[in-house]
Amino acid sequence: MSDRILEVKNLKKYFPVKTNLFGKGTEFVRAVDGIDFHIDHGEILGLVGESGSGKSTTGRTVIRLLDPTEGEIIFEGRNITNLKKKELRKVYERMQLVFQDPFASLNPRKKVGSAIEEVLFIHGMKDRAQRRERVRELFDMVGLRGEEEKYPHEFSGGQRQRVVIARALAVDPRLIICDEPVSALDVSIQAQIINLLTSLKDRLGLSYLFISHDLRVVRYMSDRVAVMYLGKIVEIAPADEIFKNPAHPYSKALLSVASIKGSGKGRKKIILKGEVPSPVNPPSGCRFRTRCEYATVYCGEAEPQLKCIGTGHYVGCHLY
Amino acid sequence: MGEEILKVKDLSVNFYIEDRVIPAVDGVSFSLQKGETLGLVGESGCGKSVTALSIIGLLQTPPARIVKGEIIFRGENLLDKSYEEMRRIRGKDISMIFQEPMTSLNPVFTIGRQISEVIMQHQNVSKKEALDRTIEMLKLVRIPLPENVVRQYPHQLSGGMRQRVMIAIALACRPGLLIADEPTTALDVTVEAQILELINELKDKLNSSIIIISHDLAVVSEIADKVAVMYSGRIVEYADVHTIFNKPKHPYTRGLLEAVPDIDMNRQQRLKEIRGVVPRPDEIREGCRFKTRCDCAGEVCMDKEPPFYQVGKNLVRCWNYA
Repeated sequence: MSDRILEVKNLKKYFPVKTNLFGKGTEFVRAVDGIDFHIDHGEILGLVGESGSGKSTTGRTVIRLLDPTEGEIIFEGRNITNLKKKELRKVYERMQLVFQDPFASLNPRKKVGSAIEEVLFIHGMKDRAQRRERVRELFDMVGLRGEEEKYPHEFSGGQRQRVVIARALAVDPRLIICDEPVSALDVSIQAQIINLLTSLKDRLGLSYLFISHDLRVVRYMSDRVAVMYLGKIVEIAPADEIFKNPAHPYSKALLSVASIKGSGKGRKKIILKGEVPSPVNPPSGCRFRTRCEYATVYCGEAEPQLKCIGTGHYVGCHLY
Repeated sequence: MGEEILKVKDLSVNFYIEDRVIPAVDGVSFSLQKGETLGLVGESGCGKSVTALSIIGLLQTPPARIVKGEIIFRGENLLDKSYEEMRRIRGKDISMIFQEPMTSLNPVFTIGRQISEVIMQHQNVSKKEALDRTIEMLKLVRIPLPENVVRQYPHQLSGGMRQRVMIAIALACRPGLLIADEPTTALDVTVEAQILELINELKDKLNSSIIIISHDLAVVSEIADKVAVMYSGRIVEYADVHTIFNKPKHPYTRGLLEAVPDIDMNRQQRLKEIRGVVPRPDEIREGCRFKTRCDCAGEVCMDKEPPFYQVGKNLVRCWNYA
């Protein structure tokens, strides 16, 4: 147990889309609908899925930016599911979040250095000189030596993402939730940020929950990968294993279209029919059955549970 | 190989913003044969979209102005055409698909009306005939139940379906040239695969020439025959798709390919990165545009811009091949 930094049990997050007279939800988007996973110390878990699969909601719920509808979040052995705002501050010294859009997550009127100093101040570092020193150290660490006195608009997208990473590191966290950290960046800059994230992980012994729709990046970064579809984890396995032997029909299709370097023509691809159904009214039984070529009548009746089919390889499909 | 449908010669586009002159596109030349697909690849701000908008005559002037060059389409220079003449060409002979299908469709008109409008505008057909052609187009782009979809509004369709409608509009008059500007960037990967397959299939069916613009080399590799890599307003490398991927010559192209992790790579191998940041188009005035980020930059790169060199099957703008 003790080597787990994070454990999530039966996590659900519903958003009301229709409410009755008393403001109580009558119809829900089931963004995350009962998922279980864990992250070990020093591990990177990749979370992939298409838009609307619930991967970002998962990230935000885990860090309690959103309140879970059901389920448990156990971080460093402590149940943080129902902690109050004040108590959460202590948790945020150990767990941080990096968003996709580095411009939206920085205050344009504040020098980046003082934005980070503010974080340190809030978390109890009252001595000014000490804060300054720490900010200098952080900027050094993310490759922005001596740039503390600039405003966000003076940086390019990649540099801004470095600032955001520096801010996340300010409190010396153990787990960082990275929500599409490189998706908004140019290809040549993506590699820089990916390399930065990996070297920081090795240096500081961090764990990541790495959320991305880019399978190549997830493959590269992750130790284990979880594939989400319509609010459910359909497959979870070590990265090598899932990319070599994907078991779930959805993972198979998803990985087959993951664009591989080199000429894509002539490569065998599985083209799925249709699109992701609405999460307000997901299909009964297996959620993937409407697009699955192997679907049988049974798939509409019972919801598949995750089954172990190899070392650490779990798949939620009636075929197994 | 076949006839030449489009020839862009020494195209230069400047943006005039306040008192600054920004050369967004600087001396770009390429040609396109009938039925051929050209991929324009580059990062944000490299001028790929501006090149496309110049061809179809949708560049906003001001702030932009085409300062130099010719765009010869079927033997005629499009830059000499009047606004009215361009209007007749657009949608009929040259059409375009944009990145974001929701903002390109009009939310208050039905799908049927938006497609038949294009057909009626350019062809002398009755309303009834236009509607029949519309349904035929929707079938062609594999929209299920086209008879119902013509009565629907854009918000009732999903992202992938909307992009299919956009393709139907673009192809309604069987244009000789189709420009697709990041057609799948806003879509999910599984839907992206569907749309790319569709474009590939229609390309063979309609024998249109296509210019596909993307920041993603992998997307381009799916459909292009030739690839032009752009950097800071100019083409730096040009070759057929196979050569670009297997024998890239320009340091920037090589860097781009190496910066994306391969599907069988893991963290043990460090990703090759291109150092530094993408320069603004007006930042570097002299020498090779890539010199600030290039590992092979020598003295000559600093103050003289390289011309194109033929290296194997590639055309490369780099002094290392002089």
